[in-house]
Amino acid sequence: MAPAQAADLRPLVNALGEGSYDDTAAQINVLAATGDPAAAPVLEALGEGDLYVRDSDGAVFIAEQVGRDYRLTDPLTGEAAGEAGRREVSKIKVNNKLRRVIRSALGALTLMSANAGTRRAAAEAIFKSGDPDAIELLDEAIAAESDPAIAAVMAQARAVSVLESSLPDSDKLAAIDILASRGGQDSLSILTAAAAASGGEVRQAALGAIATVEGELAIWGLAQDVWYGLSLGSVLLLAAIGLAITFGVMGVINMAHGEMVMLGAYTTFVVQEAIRTNAPWLFDWSLTIALPLAFLVAGAVGIVIERGIICFLYGRPLETLLATWGLSLILQQGVRTIFGPTNREVGTPSWMSGATEIGHLTITYNRLAIIVFSLAVFGALMIILRRTPLGLQMRAVTQNRAMASAMGIRTPWIDALTFGLGSGIAGIGGVALSQIDNVSPNLGQSYIIDSFMVVVFGGVGNLWGTLVGAMSLGVVNKLLEPYAGAVFAKILVLVFIILFIQKRPRGLFALRGRAVEA
Amino acid sequence: MILARFFADGLDWRAGFVIAVLVALAVAVPLLNLYAPPDSPFHVPTYAVSLTGKYLTYALLALSVDLIWGFCGILSLGHGAFFALGGYAMGMYLMRQIGSRGVYGNPELPDFMVFLNWKELPFTWYGFDMFWFAALMVVLVPGALAFAFGWFAFRSRVTGVYLSIITQAMTYALLLAFFRNNLGFGGNNGLTDFKDILGFNIQADATRGALLAASALALAAAFLICSAVVASKFGRVLVAVRDAESRTRFLGYRVENYKLVVWVLSAALAGIAGALYVPQVGIINPSEFAPANSIEIVVWVAVGGRGTLVGPIVGAVLVNFAKTWFTTGALAPYWLFVLGGLFVAATLFLPRGIVGTLAGLRLRGRHAIPAAAEAPTPNPQAAE
Repeated sequence: MAPAQAADLRPLVNALGEGSYDDTAAQINVLAATGDPAAAPVLEALGEGDLYVRDSDGAVFIAEQVGRDYRLTDPLTGEAAGEAGRREVSKIKVNNKLRRVIRSALGALTLMSANAGTRRAAAEAIFKSGDPDAIELLDEAIAAESDPAIAAVMAQARAVSVLESSLPDSDKLAAIDILASRGGQDSLSILTAAAAASGGEVRQAALGAIATVEGELAIWGLAQDVWYGLSLGSVLLLAAIGLAITFGVMGVINMAHGEMVMLGAYTTFVVQEAIRTNAPWLFDWSLTIALPLAFLVAGAVGIVIERGIICFLYGRPLETLLATWGLSLILQQGVRTIFGPTNREVGTPSWMSGATEIGHLTITYNRLAIIVFSLAVFGALMIILRRTPLGLQMRAVTQNRAMASAMGIRTPWIDALTFGLGSGIAGIGGVALSQIDNVSPNLGQSYIIDSFMVVVFGGVGNLWGTLVGAMSLGVVNKLLEPYAGAVFAKILVLVFIILFIQKRPRGLFALRGRAVEA
Repeated sequence: MILARFFADGLDWRAGFVIAVLVALAVAVPLLNLYAPPDSPFHVPTYAVSLTGKYLTYALLALSVDLIWGFCGILSLGHGAFFALGGYAMGMYLMRQIGSRGVYGNPELPDFMVFLNWKELPFTWYGFDMFWFAALMVVLVPGALAFAFGWFAFRSRVTGVYLSIITQAMTYALLLAFFRNNLGFGGNNGLTDFKDILGFNIQADATRGALLAASALALAAAFLICSAVVASKFGRVLVAVRDAESRTRFLGYRVENYKLVVWVLSAALAGIAGALYVPQVGIINPSEFAPANSIEIVVWVAVGGRGTLVGPIVGAVLVNFAKTWFTTGALAPYWLFVLGGLFVAATLFLPRGIVGTLAGLRLRGRHAIPAAAEAPTPNPQAAE
């Protein structure tokens, strides 16, 4: 609390110790009229009878009896203010009339404060503990409340208080209805307590309300699982979308794909390190800076790989698989040699931390950012493939290499660029994945199998298939998890994919062709 | 009589040479280990016996992969699963042999079950106290899994890359499953701390020698079987499937049946390799299912020479010898560079592997083994 405010309130607080009950009552109202939340603890202490006046200078303290003496606390700052003998202080006496005045003054300070946040906080505090004495005050506050959202919280707080009070059953039934419509875990525990404490009609109503709330919670739980599933799906999409280009469009089985993701993540790490040492104020922009760099690094490595190795292996997909696996080992070991085998710390920019609640759904900003980002990458890739000359040439080369070459397209160059694009996208995915996973040399390995599953499940050569495949595998995985456990859910998904491939050997959205050996 | 003909067809001078070497190895190494005095130049130290035995089981595993990849064009990235399943079957037998000598002294339950507070043996462990049953399971379990997997996959005409990827999914799923404690196979730690096999102390030099001999003889037998299969009419259809699957089908062959038979045979061989591997290294754990292991097997075959039966044996021994040499020395951090480089170099510069290239140089294609003389995948379209 600012000292200036304390200074303003000090004479008013000290005035509490002077005069008769009526003077004190008037003084309480003056204090309440300041609307300063710092006055609330003073009034509470007064209501409890803990407020004392020091006889020597008339200063007012919260005092606690220790042995024969009193330990004094400053009522405004909460700081210790030494000790005083039994005869040096005298208690500020309160009667019932004064207690009522204090309670309504407190209500005015909190529930009827001019600040909406204070009012909401006060109502929520009562909701958590329940206070039968506050019912009258809540009624007044609800009548005066202009914000319907806060009024609803107040009504709920009143309902909790009613359930704890000795009011007639009809009031309690209404309260149960209010709590049932609020729902959520906290209402559930209050209703359970109410059902246990009461009997007859109220108990029946409470049990009914518990069933309703549990049903709602189950639906919200399902929604939460779907949300987690979409979040996992977007991670899979980011990991797999580059592969959808190199494997799906070009037919190159790139086992080093995971290492492109890893390179992207390490690029993020290097960028953040550089920012930390040179320009700390840029930290919130570190991911934005890392994105193009990760694309360039992974893309360049991709082009080198394509020109150096893969271009000699076209038409021999199984050999490509082996060579790229070898590359992935070399890249992993290279990163391990340079950066060490342990996890590297990649920070989260401030705008990505935190969470919001929609209903009973908790949505963390970093997951939300990754979902949005993955869809943005997907959209950008779609536009590149459909709307740019490069995309046109890519599709031409993959559909009919000889004809494309005859039309003057430099197919080797397009091959290199396509591979670079797929690798670069994987690097971008790595920037996002560095936010939710450990940045270690093994980062890529953990995604490579999942990525292949997504691409094969979705249908090779079809980006929409990759999107649908990633999202559905993510959601199915998370929906199974509550019943089967995380590991078993994953096993089930793998078995499902194996069986699915039997049924549709070319994936969910297969490209139709007339060739026997498509 | 027919069987004798079948094997005689596969037995040319080359196969005879390989088998002779293996039999000589089976006899000589244990004898030199047991009877040559430690200071004589002919003495074979015990660790070398175990190491050689391990290499031989790897060679058998590589041979099983080559049978399907080199001669039928099925690239399995999950053969480590069959190897590990055979190993687990043997490991379960060895666990039961520990009896009451375990840490907890329970005569019935292996230590990890006592630790998990299990009261009785799960039904999956029934019968594994008998060697013949375990030996049967070593072949049957991988064989049955391969049969079920191949039955569906080949009938649905899942080929090429797609098949490779779902075999990888299979071994990955098994990896995850075997990591779970409640599956009842020791979870993360696997099965270890074996005491004896068929009543002989598993640590004794004589037992190690016998295991090496068994591995060498198993490899020789498998080599003979594979040579016979490849040289037979059946084997020629396999090569036809490898080079032009659709054309073979159009000619009236039931391609899926040919593939299924050789696939199950290969899985059984891999299972036997695993069963011989486990007592020699003394442990089996879920990491054997790791997809990376299965890919490594394929590299042994590629380096040695795909489509030749000698190649995978040479490749497995060479690569693993290099691995041992590298990872035990100061060069350990660079092993992955070497292995990775080996992958790349073998595919770029030695598409036919060491043995294939040598055979090609020496015989100029005239009298070479049919498969070795050709490029591994003559028809690029067929492989896609």
